[in-house]
Amino acid sequence: MADVNRGNRPLSPHLTIYRLPITAITSILTRITGNALLVAALMTVWWFLAAASGPEYYDFANAVITSWFGDLVMALSVLGLWYHTLAGVRHLIWDQVIALDIKTAESLSWLVIIGSVALTVLTWIIMLIA
Amino acid sequence: MAYLTPRKRATGMGSAKSGVAHFWNMKVSSIGLLILVPLFVFTFGPALGSSYEEMVAYYQHPFPAIIAILTLGVGFMHFKNGFQVLIEDYVHGAAGQYSIIAMNCLCYAAAATGIFSIIRIAL
Repeated sequence: MADVNRGNRPLSPHLTIYRLPITAITSILTRITGNALLVAALMTVWWFLAAASGPEYYDFANAVITSWFGDLVMALSVLGLWYHTLAGVRHLIWDQVIALDIKTAESLSWLVIIGSVALTVLTWIIMLIA
Repeated sequence: MAYLTPRKRATGMGSAKSGVAHFWNMKVSSIGLLILVPLFVFTFGPALGSSYEEMVAYYQHPFPAIIAILTLGVGFMHFKNGFQVLIEDYVHGAAGQYSIIAMNCLCYAAAATGIFSIIRIAL
């Protein structure tokens, strides 16, 4: 074992040096967005609870949720929600054992990313009109 | 155990000692949320930021109230099951079990709080 070359051997694809393919990035983003939605979900429950408690507490919760911080959380959560929804649809498609080849899976990855951004912009346009 | 045949012991167990109930649950709730989420976004969104009187009047209508109740109920159960998979993948041993139990408590509590509040506003 003394003459084994330990310095010049091919490295296995490790997370820190491996450029993730788009399918891997969209996969982990599905999990991240899904779990991050807890923040917006709890804020929504708090908003309903405040409204059930009375006008004074509602005004406080409503002010927090529509402050710059609340708007930021809600804006990112709308993006996360549409992303997770489209990525979920992709899983429902894959469950039917279709669109599993690499080329189609990569196209669907881009469709999920572009689609979620488009739906977020559309949502904000509709909200501003309404 | 000696009287139990290997076939009998294996029936209905699968390699993970349980069936596809969790997977099926996620699939059914995801299809439910596929319908509910767009309806919730476009009923809840415009109500956000409105005055107390406007908000209460809006959620006394059956449609936005029922959509909100269903979305919180189905959504938190879907979240609870999804979070369980996250923990099972990354956190092992007692810490993982405590996390799953804690999140179960939080999800049921949040869903119940939200649904109670909406019913109280609506009625």
